[in-house]
Amino acid sequence: MFLIECPWCGPRDESEFDCGGEAHIERPADPAELSDEAWADYLFMRTNPKGRHRERWVHACGCRRWFNIERDTVSHRITAVYRMGRKPPGRR
Amino acid sequence: MGVQRQRLAEGGRIDRGHSLDFTFNGKRYTGYAGDTLASALLANGVMLVGRSFKFHRPRGILSAGAEEPNALVQLGAGARSEPNLRATQVELFDGLEAASVNCWPSVRFDIGAIGDRLSRILPAGFYYKTFMWPARLWPRYESLIRGAAGLGRAPEAADPDRYEKRHVHCDVLVAGGGPAGLAAALAAGRTGARVILADEQNEFGGALLGLRATIKRGRALGWVADAVAELAALDEVRLLKRGMVFGYYDHDYLGVVERVTDHLGPAAEPGTPRQILWKVRAKQVVLATGAHERPLVFADNDRPGVMLASAAQAYVNRYAVKPGERVVFFTAHDGAYQAALDLADAGVRIAAVVDLRPGPEGRLINKVRGRGAEVIGGHAIVAVHGARRVSGVEIMRLDYTANGVLGAPRRIRCDLVCMSGGWNPALHLFSQSRGKPRFDPEQACFVPAESARAVRSAGACNGAFRLADCLAQGFAAGAAAARDAGFGDGEPPAAPKAPEPESAPPRPVWRVPSIGAKARGNKHFVDFQNDVTAADVALAAREGYDSVEHLKRYTTAGMGTDQGKTGNVNALAILAQVTGAEISDVGTTTFRPPYTPVGFGVLAGRCIGKLWEPARLTAIHQWHRANGAVFEDVGQWKRPWYYPREGESMDAAVRRECAAVRTSLGIVDASTLGKIDIQGPDALELLNRVYTNAWDTLEIGRCRYGLMLGEDGMVFDDGVTSRLGKNHYHMTTTTGGAARVFAWLEEWLQTEWPSLKVYLTSVTTQWAVVAVAGPNARRLLAELCRDIDLSRAAFPFMSWREGTVAGIPARVFRVSFSGEVAYEINVQSSHGLALWQALMAAGAKYGVTPYGTEAMHVLRAEKGYIVVGHDTDGSVTPLDLGMGWIVSAKKRDFIGRRSLIRPGIARSDRKQLVGLLTEDPREVLPEGAQIVSEVRPEPPMPMAGHVTSSYWSPALGRSIAMALLQGGLARRGETVTISLAGKNVRAEVTEPRFYDPEGERLRG
Repeated sequence: MFLIECPWCGPRDESEFDCGGEAHIERPADPAELSDEAWADYLFMRTNPKGRHRERWVHACGCRRWFNIERDTVSHRITAVYRMGRKPPGRR
Repeated sequence: MGVQRQRLAEGGRIDRGHSLDFTFNGKRYTGYAGDTLASALLANGVMLVGRSFKFHRPRGILSAGAEEPNALVQLGAGARSEPNLRATQVELFDGLEAASVNCWPSVRFDIGAIGDRLSRILPAGFYYKTFMWPARLWPRYESLIRGAAGLGRAPEAADPDRYEKRHVHCDVLVAGGGPAGLAAALAAGRTGARVILADEQNEFGGALLGLRATIKRGRALGWVADAVAELAALDEVRLLKRGMVFGYYDHDYLGVVERVTDHLGPAAEPGTPRQILWKVRAKQVVLATGAHERPLVFADNDRPGVMLASAAQAYVNRYAVKPGERVVFFTAHDGAYQAALDLADAGVRIAAVVDLRPGPEGRLINKVRGRGAEVIGGHAIVAVHGARRVSGVEIMRLDYTANGVLGAPRRIRCDLVCMSGGWNPALHLFSQSRGKPRFDPEQACFVPAESARAVRSAGACNGAFRLADCLAQGFAAGAAAARDAGFGDGEPPAAPKAPEPESAPPRPVWRVPSIGAKARGNKHFVDFQNDVTAADVALAAREGYDSVEHLKRYTTAGMGTDQGKTGNVNALAILAQVTGAEISDVGTTTFRPPYTPVGFGVLAGRCIGKLWEPARLTAIHQWHRANGAVFEDVGQWKRPWYYPREGESMDAAVRRECAAVRTSLGIVDASTLGKIDIQGPDALELLNRVYTNAWDTLEIGRCRYGLMLGEDGMVFDDGVTSRLGKNHYHMTTTTGGAARVFAWLEEWLQTEWPSLKVYLTSVTTQWAVVAVAGPNARRLLAELCRDIDLSRAAFPFMSWREGTVAGIPARVFRVSFSGEVAYEINVQSSHGLALWQALMAAGAKYGVTPYGTEAMHVLRAEKGYIVVGHDTDGSVTPLDLGMGWIVSAKKRDFIGRRSLIRPGIARSDRKQLVGLLTEDPREVLPEGAQIVSEVRPEPPMPMAGHVTSSYWSPALGRSIAMALLQGGLARRGETVTISLAGKNVRAEVTEPRFYDPEGERLRG
């Protein structure tokens, strides 16, 4: 059971949150332009790394705000929490 | 009544002035306060307490703690009966009733023991080998196996007890209240940190309770008492006796079960919770969970009367019970010699100490010799005599080079064998915290290596087996944990002196050799509870199951209620030996919570029955109840399903309700519809992005039906959205989809479209909604509403008006889910009941009839209106529904649009929505029934689709159904076959619109 630092509410129990999967998958600006393969890639394909992973969470039973976290999928250590639209730490 | 013939006259931590009556397997005994069930049984001379799982071999008490594999009992009767409790942990109370598990008809004569005779043909993996062929007989095998498997019996009645949960934060959680844990709690507590010290036992002290140890020149238990008193006086320290830390979860979240009244039995005060589940979020954790003594793996080591040396020591010292009269010790290290001295002091005759080491020497050993005991080095026990109780052992000289035994066996008479193979640190919580253990060859045990979390180990669980080291490590760990939590400087208090004789490390002999038939090792028990022997481990390795995880699954070693606390290390060491690997390379299996079994009751806590899930009630609920409604659960909502009159069947009630709507006037509580208030300059843009159709042309005062798709093109939800103002919309969703749709819209706005200026507010429960439907709906509304022009021209279908109804401010939406003229009247929730009552009163002259969800569904199915989640299942596109008309061709983008032209979605042979009319109009198909493309005498048959909605239609006077059928849109007029149990039904494929297909009535 994680302890997640909501950017608005502070550290709260995982049971208050929902996970929205991998972060930084932007919806294509003009899907009609995309090939079937490119659209399928957006729609279905996700990375499943062993180690550092960036994912979206929502404080569903709290402020209902979405944000990003960076989490190690092995140790479950959360190494960063940052707001929607912000770049992940360490990325130029 | 039994006599406590094995009880010592003095000593021990029992209260001889407080005697307790109990029964075991129907026989009455007495014990004392402070006893466990196991110690009380031993005091009464009862050693045979159970039968083993597979071979039903007689088993006795092996241990004195949580690791007990044999002495499992069923406690209590009726609803409070609890299976598979370890007698070594059950505190005795007056009136306790216990029985052995896994034996029939009795523990002394057990029919299942035939399994023992058959043990040669019941090797490891025997289920897998024997029962897999022929496959068609598997169901029969399975029921036989199920009958033979399992230990105790689950109670059949609901648990009558109450359980509580507590959520707490602390700076330092200390798991285990032995010397190391107490020292850690003292060091941390003195800094002012919030400390929780939890220990599974009824008093603090841990292993010291069973030892005669010295701290600061006094009795160790005196130091324990002082420590507990000091901790109790610290404001920020919480002491949890009878608190088992059973699980270590992510981010230093730990579970503790506190047994509040278990030890009181019927004397527990009513209303007191039986157990409390503490959910602890700790900043720092100190594990001081001690160690389990390791059995030796020798022939017949499971005989009742073969016991761990430390357990015998605890029974003598703590419970003042002699577990036998004449004992043989069998040991691989010095630790057993102190136990031998303690037993000798209690009057147990030491027949011999058989030591696996060639020439045991030292002060302790000499002391034992001084008591007249024979110390026999370089020998091993090769056989144990006595079926229901040990009567003697045979020993032989060890041949270290050949890993065998030499010479002639020598027989020694005894009624107790105390074995000691060394110690296994209790790494369970450490491993659950994702810490990595390593094998310490010096001490021949696994010890904690790298920690993955804010956790430290101290004392025996850290491989420190000397009392002085336990205390020093405890103080150091407590001080460091407090410092890391922000308290104190990390400097540990000085540890008190705790003198002990020097003791040499063990010389492990993982599998003790034997002779003759027993040399094979199939009576060398490794896992007592699951009857896994050294021979089974070797067999598994020969058959290729040579990883420790495979070994566990193949042989079941390490499974069951004890999870291999005594057996696991022996099993993997023998595996290493057989495969020629290093123990450190074999490694351990994964430790998983819980450390000891945790009851479902305490995990559920108060979240049972009515408190399991909240029930949502509409503002009109009380009226529905008072008027006999039968309710249906829709999500968390309680909705009226139908309103039967006295003696009326459901079918009759639904037909009556439907007829009222079609011929005069019906009224339905539609308050549960999801409602979202949408405001902002980009509200229109949002609707265009999430609905498939175009919204630009929707004027203020008008309503439009919309379909939402997932990005994969599948129907997600539907509903009517109305334009309230220039930048203001009122969206409705399905009842079950309200929360989902709201969260979905929020997700898009926050994550993809933060630049859209639009705000969403869930207003589902702000509005009560009453729909009136039927040919007399307009007439009724006209009587109660003077300020809205209700004429067809002024208030057409799919528009809304604001006004007052029965004097209540209202928004009236002219929409219909029944195909009749209908008005959905929205008022503030607090006025819902008043509105309903006014409509009922004024509608009496039209025979106004309340109708429930069942009639609502029949009416909508007659019209062919879909219900999302009923006629769709997440794999259905608007095109599959024949609703291509609602998919805008002009909009370049909306959620899901791109997916609609993926090749798989555009295929014409997808399952598509059709109507079905059975050849026999009286035949109402079951929903979910399969349409088959080829009729065969019996399943399986090729499936072409399934029925999604099916009703008796009062309006048509026949059955109707909707179905998803492969290529269905092009199959109108065809006849298909629906295969039901025992018969096949033929039906014609039609348009899914059965009643007033042109919609003249609802526009009327």
